[in-house]
Amino acid sequence: MANYSTNEFKSGLKVMLDNEPCSIIENDYVKPGKGQAFNRVKLRNLRTGRTLDKTFKSGDSLEGADVIELDMEYLYNDGEFWHFMATDGSFEQHGASAEAVGDTIKWLKEQEKYVVVLYNGAILTVAPPNFIELEVTETDPGVKGDTVQGVYKPATLSTGAVVKVPLFINIGEMLRIDTRSGEYVSRA
Amino acid sequence: MTLWQPSASRTALLARQSLYQTIRRYFAEQGVLEVDTPILGQAPVSDPNIDVMSIDLVHTDTRRYLHTSPEYAMKRLLCAGSGDIYQICKVFRAGEAGQRHNPEFTMLEWYRLGWSLSQLMAEVATIVQQALEMRWPTLPVLHLSYAEALRRFVDIDVHRATDSELAAIGISLAGQDLGLSRDGWLDIIMSHQVEPALPSDMLVFINHFPASQAALAQITTNVDSVPVAQRFELFFNGTELANGYFELTDPAEQRQRFQQERERGTLNLERPLDENLLAALASGLPSCAGVAMGLDRLLMHQQQASSIAEVLSFDWTRA
Repeated sequence: MANYSTNEFKSGLKVMLDNEPCSIIENDYVKPGKGQAFNRVKLRNLRTGRTLDKTFKSGDSLEGADVIELDMEYLYNDGEFWHFMATDGSFEQHGASAEAVGDTIKWLKEQEKYVVVLYNGAILTVAPPNFIELEVTETDPGVKGDTVQGVYKPATLSTGAVVKVPLFINIGEMLRIDTRSGEYVSRA
Repeated sequence: MTLWQPSASRTALLARQSLYQTIRRYFAEQGVLEVDTPILGQAPVSDPNIDVMSIDLVHTDTRRYLHTSPEYAMKRLLCAGSGDIYQICKVFRAGEAGQRHNPEFTMLEWYRLGWSLSQLMAEVATIVQQALEMRWPTLPVLHLSYAEALRRFVDIDVHRATDSELAAIGISLAGQDLGLSRDGWLDIIMSHQVEPALPSDMLVFINHFPASQAALAQITTNVDSVPVAQRFELFFNGTELANGYFELTDPAEQRQRFQQERERGTLNLERPLDENLLAALASGLPSCAGVAMGLDRLLMHQQQASSIAEVLSFDWTRA
């Protein structure tokens, strides 16, 4: 991969830092009047999702990371890997390990589209869409007409995720969920 | 927005005009002469931390350097007997681009004969207060020595701290070991910890820099008999606005500092020394204090701009 110098750092650039693929979030140039110039850089480790702050001497460079983001559809789980297929017409398929799927396992639904990060050709992370529609498989019976605000009960969804839902929700209903907060939004 | 359009609003253009008028009126009343010195010089700045732009004139096989500040030429005027002088000009520094940096920016530089650094700091405060009066009717002034600032905001005794103590603090602030010199780590500590901690509603003057960061300022000893530079920087609301010196006048000392800078330098190794400046100093620079102020940044504060582009007709990406 190419090397990128601090003056080429910009938001979204993928670089290697301490052997970890990272994405640059912010790059701020700092130059004391009579001193050396620095770049204060905020990066996200693409594997762990953690953000970190690092300062570089201006002009230093980092190796680019072989990272691409793809929209991929979830196909099936073979007991060890979760398989995805590109939606760009290439039918390219990749299997994701449990580590790569991570918490997204709660939101995995066949034929749904996910943002998959490939690092050196293998799946590094899988991110769910912000909103997803899932079926209720288990919850206490619905209380008809009870629309009291702010009173919730737990419901288990088809993926195994448990979310808090209003009292009137029944088994078999499709719900719209915000995957970022894990909260119920509405009936689908 | 398309790139042919200016990066500044019309309001910002008007503010610039009015700032220049205020400054020119002030110096006219003070009897300070406005001067205009060459942008393309035969010798570049000696400071190895400043990346100089140059142009090669193909037909005559000569190289000229864009000035990074009008300091050397203005000092030659002082040596020739100009008296107090000021200049508003564009200066050029390669690679300095960011939220608060543009490679071509506006500098106000002036010199006062027979003045002390304290007198000059008071005048700097007056000019900045006038420029920011509409937004901050009364802007208090805080004076700190470099050592006081580091004691207060980092809790270290900068003149007694060892190189490795400073490096340890710097490494934790930078997130990695950059292998810097003592002054390099001090720059990290200043920019990462001290500057963000300075009060944002005051003009903060920091003076008595470590002697190793004297640049072209005279060195004196402080109350603890530690040699310190008679140099100040002015900070306001998170940015550095001005840098001033009680000017070095000794030509031998000047030549020595030029050579030291050259030896430390990593960029542009073949920078010629400015022999015209050294010859002028040999003929005698009157005792004086001088300061350079970034007018674009001053306008940023006045206009509450988050980026320097908002106060430039066309920023670097549109120039």
